[in-house]
Amino acid sequence: MASFFLHPLILRLLSIVIVFGLWEYAGRIPISPAFPTFLQTMAALWGMIADGSMAAVYPTTLEPLGIGLVISSFLGVGCGILMGLNEKAEWFGAPVFIVLQAAPLAALIPLLTFVYGIGLTSKILTVCIMALPVIVLNAFSAVRHTPESLVEMGRSYLGSQRQVILKIILPAASPVIYAGLRLGAAMGFIGAILAELLITPTGIGDLITYNQSIAEYDKMYAAIFSIMVFTVIFIEILERSEYIFFRPDKRVAS
Amino acid sequence: MSHMTESGSSAAVPAAVAVKNVSKIYPGGVEALSNMTLQFPKGELTSVLGPSGCGKTTLLKIIAGLLPANSGTVSVNGRPVTGPGPERAFVFQDFALMPWASVLRNVAFGLELRGIPKSERMAIAEKQIENVGLKGFEKHYPHQLSGGMRQRVGLARALAVDAEILLMDEPFSAVDEQTRRKFQEDLLGVAQSEKKTFIFVTHSIEEAVYLSDSIALLLPRPSRVSEIIKPDIRRDIDPDAIRRDVVYLDTVERIWQGLRKYIE
Repeated sequence: MASFFLHPLILRLLSIVIVFGLWEYAGRIPISPAFPTFLQTMAALWGMIADGSMAAVYPTTLEPLGIGLVISSFLGVGCGILMGLNEKAEWFGAPVFIVLQAAPLAALIPLLTFVYGIGLTSKILTVCIMALPVIVLNAFSAVRHTPESLVEMGRSYLGSQRQVILKIILPAASPVIYAGLRLGAAMGFIGAILAELLITPTGIGDLITYNQSIAEYDKMYAAIFSIMVFTVIFIEILERSEYIFFRPDKRVAS
Repeated sequence: MSHMTESGSSAAVPAAVAVKNVSKIYPGGVEALSNMTLQFPKGELTSVLGPSGCGKTTLLKIIAGLLPANSGTVSVNGRPVTGPGPERAFVFQDFALMPWASVLRNVAFGLELRGIPKSERMAIAEKQIENVGLKGFEKHYPHQLSGGMRQRVGLARALAVDAEILLMDEPFSAVDEQTRRKFQEDLLGVAQSEKKTFIFVTHSIEEAVYLSDSIALLLPRPSRVSEIIKPDIRRDIDPDAIRRDVVYLDTVERIWQGLRKYIE
């Protein structure tokens, strides 16, 4: 019986059930008139999926998010690898990204709006400034921490510098690069919603602010809930793609 | 002690590797090697034995062309070493296997880097995997293997590139004692069938005496070759009989007496 409750799948389900149970309980007290129960939120979510209002707003949010994440991924991984391989690039680039990572980036959004207006460009840039630093710094540190003996192995078996980078350093770095991409994607989602709340209300951000303003709190929480679920699924897919493309060994149990 | 001969008395075998007046100072001022001169005869297994800090791994990496020496020369078959070369293959202390690659790809990796076509290198790799006793594990990944099996993969990779000189850096130090004994016996078999020059770095006296045609005894601070010992052990007897052989035991004891004053 004890082993049944310690099964990974059961533990995961249990964790979800406890959180949603507490949510339901807190909503029923209620702790605030603006806090709907879990079941009310799920009903609202279902209603919004059924009447198509969810499907109508998602493309608007996903456009700056998708473009921003693609730019951040390629630019970020590229910069990070370059900084990891080349000390001069590290000295040039590292301070910028370390400062960016520590900066309160939401405070920069008014500046972006001032320079680039209220259109798509500002929203893409918001996603990028949120996602880039963590992607760059992870890729940099991953490349820098390639096991020394693997690089020596490549050199002693007559690998060219290009071969050592492509066949040894990059596959060895891929788990940490991917960890950076997952964190960067999560930050990018936050950036996309932040942009829709602070620049102009569109997409999911509009759904949240509109339902808040007319006190439809169950719909507001349903919109927030939906973007969280979407983020988790996206990050999970990203992790699977790493196993498929770079680390076949991780799919094999030891 | 008639069964042991001192350095220089058998210059008949030509040297595969000659180290001449080599010094190595690491950035920061640590002197790892100082004016070292040493020869490794062709077709023999020579151990470099010494306590930690005597520069034996540094010496091996300089011979491999992975580290530049500050002064002096290393020559392989008479040609000076400027970097890694096809006639030398390295076996690493920590195995240096790529965790994302199967046993087959790891063994074939040296050939892959040389641009050998896939079917050809796979055939060579399969043969070497069988040679080191890992047949049936071709599709496994390193994390599915024990430490001893991982080092067999490292040895198969070195044999696959068919280098004439094998450089082994404490290959069994990360392997448990029982596995190590079996591995040592197998290595003797490989050494006899492959006719290659082995340079074997170790800190285990027993291992050096058991495996070697000759042993270069290194002493630390300053790093120098104290003597060359040739354990004159009969190789035609049973592996377990060697470990009880009087010559084997005497040689181990003699080396220990020479080394003990340098151990804190």
